[in-house]
Amino acid sequence: MYIHDEFDSTLLKERVDEFRDQVRRRLSGELTEDEFKSLRLMNGVYLQLHAYMLRIAIPYGTLSSTQMRMLAHVARKYDRGYGHFTTRQNIQFNWIKLSDLPDATADLASVGVHGIQTSGNCIRNVTTDQWAGVAPGEVDDPRIWAELLRQYSTLHPEFSFLPRKFKIAVTASDHDRAAVKIHDIGLRLHRNGAGEMGFEVLVGGGLGRTPFIGKTIKPFVARRDILTYIEAILRVYNQYGRRDNIYKARIKILVHELGIDKFAREVEDEWLSIKDGALALDEAVIADIRSRFKYPAYEKLTDNPDELKQALADPTFKAWYRNSVSHHRVPGYGIVTLSLKPVGGPPGDATAEQMDAIADLADRYAFGEIRVGHEQNLCFPSVAKRDLPALWRGLDAIGVATPNVNLVSDIIACPGLDYCSLANARAIPVAQEITRRFADHDTANLIGRLHINISGCINACGHHHVGHIGILGVEKNGEEFYQVTIGGRADEGAVVGTLIGPAVPYAQVANVVEDIVEAYLDLRLRPDELFIDTVKRLGVEPFKERAYATG
Amino acid sequence: MTSPLQQKLKITGPSIVTANRTGDGAVIYRTSSNGWSTELSDAAVVRTADDAKALWAEAMADDLGAIGSYIAPVEVGSDGSIEPGNIREAIRLRGTTFALPASA
Amino acid sequence: MPLVKGGQIVADRYVRILDDAPIPANGAMLVPAERFLADASELIARQAETGVIWPNNRDIDELGPYLDRLALVALVFPKFQDGRAYSQARILRERLGYRGELRATGQVLRDQFVFMLRAGFDTFEVKKEADAKVFGEVAQRYSVFYQPTGDGRSPAFRQRLQGFATRAPALRGAGR
Repeated sequence: MYIHDEFDSTLLKERVDEFRDQVRRRLSGELTEDEFKSLRLMNGVYLQLHAYMLRIAIPYGTLSSTQMRMLAHVARKYDRGYGHFTTRQNIQFNWIKLSDLPDATADLASVGVHGIQTSGNCIRNVTTDQWAGVAPGEVDDPRIWAELLRQYSTLHPEFSFLPRKFKIAVTASDHDRAAVKIHDIGLRLHRNGAGEMGFEVLVGGGLGRTPFIGKTIKPFVARRDILTYIEAILRVYNQYGRRDNIYKARIKILVHELGIDKFAREVEDEWLSIKDGALALDEAVIADIRSRFKYPAYEKLTDNPDELKQALADPTFKAWYRNSVSHHRVPGYGIVTLSLKPVGGPPGDATAEQMDAIADLADRYAFGEIRVGHEQNLCFPSVAKRDLPALWRGLDAIGVATPNVNLVSDIIACPGLDYCSLANARAIPVAQEITRRFADHDTANLIGRLHINISGCINACGHHHVGHIGILGVEKNGEEFYQVTIGGRADEGAVVGTLIGPAVPYAQVANVVEDIVEAYLDLRLRPDELFIDTVKRLGVEPFKERAYATG
Repeated sequence: MTSPLQQKLKITGPSIVTANRTGDGAVIYRTSSNGWSTELSDAAVVRTADDAKALWAEAMADDLGAIGSYIAPVEVGSDGSIEPGNIREAIRLRGTTFALPASA
Repeated sequence: MPLVKGGQIVADRYVRILDDAPIPANGAMLVPAERFLADASELIARQAETGVIWPNNRDIDELGPYLDRLALVALVFPKFQDGRAYSQARILRERLGYRGELRATGQVLRDQFVFMLRAGFDTFEVKKEADAKVFGEVAQRYSVFYQPTGDGRSPAFRQRLQGFATRAPALRGAGR
């Protein structure tokens, strides 16, 4: 947990005061909508189909139980009793009134939570692995670096009006759970041949209309240099990124048009002129940020306590334990994923009652700490294994113990046309129907790891390009159609999926997914050959044949 | 940049002008009496590009009351009832196509 | 358009010269970049102050050779959302060492004042009279800054090492 100090809370208070004044000026007519729009966006306020939407950042996906209770309070007091966790470690409230926003943001600021830079053409919420600090084999806790970047980027005087939005993600594991290769800047903490810790810097990844996998711009940047190096990238982008066409304004297009080598030279020239300036990090600064992260006082516990052994006799508990509990770096503890993907439910939604209950369970069993992952699930990073049976009962009681994590019904979906003013087609009902088709947990387990990602438009908030099965909603003559891709992935082996054929109408999507999954079950060499590996081995053809065989 | 009002406008059938209310974001429809209503049945229906443009211009002039005004298609029944002309407008009128997770 | 300097609305001493207008022998004047570069040696040899209006899509390094003779550089914000001139300002101040007047022109509204001050601007052609009047107040809105710029303020990550009590003074140029 990062401990906010007087700097952080003073800045948030000053920001709330400024926003309150901006809203007042808008409601009194001093500001036109045209003038107000970029101001509200910089505070995370969008206009969607039905109402304003407030997007709140959960920096590096870490929430305290106190903060979670405040999210529940905001959902209850200013919205319709629920919130939606997104693919970028944010939460969105869908029904908030402009006139209530200053009070809502003041309430959130009282616990250090805010919507600053969750929209607009600025550096967005810096994301990382939801298992940061507890995953076995990490080089370092990536949240320390995400926090440094959060501070560096907050109200940045030079980079708040970039050509387009800018997303940074950090990982410190060999297994990338932060999808760093599909970010504008991806950072991979590792040790070089000399044993020094530093960053591989990737640039120009991103989805949307023109998907690109990030390219390595510098294989090793020392820790002291990471902020200056990022400042150099941003300065080159701010000056030379395209501003004539919104679809060509992301840094990926600049990198593509210049070529990575030329882009890298521009950055290097800029960097050499600033690398020893005030932004160079010394060990004292790094140590100070590090000291603000408080870790649980772990006990010395057995890794296989009696409580767990006994509970595993219950097949329902066992199914959940095998699916939702992962290895922790400390023996006797586990990482618990809370599925926000109940069969037939909207992916990523949680009610105020669930949020409060989750906060209580976190206090009781998980050191008061909650994480949010890009798969739109929550996580308790540290739970003593002896407490797992009791925790499971608590989670099951509020509907967040569906044992489907990383399985076919653990679907990522954007809000789609049910909420979003940019969408062309619905995403949530498509996800709901697919989860109903695969509601049987034995079948889902038989299928194994399979990520379905659904976006309601080309902007790809549902990360469809990198789903093992990706579904993209498009509009054709006023009807919703869906393009299906397979073979995408967002991890360390990130790749953009391949289209299997013409778009299918709304009513056909779940059938096509079933056909693809059945084809996989027939084609896989062994039960442990994952869907994604079968697609890699065989290509799309055999899947295409099956999906379109019945029309 | 050309303002949207100066651009060529085509409509393919009966249309209305809709927006969101500035204070709370609620879906609203432009009426024939220079105002707004949350009821689609109160919306002024226009059938020519010129009328649509004129109604839209009125709506856009009310920057304080409404944001994001645009022209949307509707279907008008033989009894004069107005129905949304596409799925997006149907969702704006009736809400999400699934039950919300919690009631207000 | 009111000009704000040192937090106060002041008269603009500079006369804007159009591309083909004759150059006056005396008086402070402000010329477009093209014109300046065409006649640079002649212009900077004048006895009175010369300023240049530099567009946001032209490399600011081109001004390097003339900076010690320029009294004013005016950078341009064609739209509120177009932030290129923030980078030009920091490069001018922090890398090229420009110490003359740095003026923000174009879509300059109150909501950017703090960013502009931090980037190194010290005069502002403010779009709205009402915004110009509250400049001093708005410029003091923030007391915490996370990142170092050429304005000399110590960022939060360094101040923490010294304790919260030693906060830096108000923004330079904020006036009052």
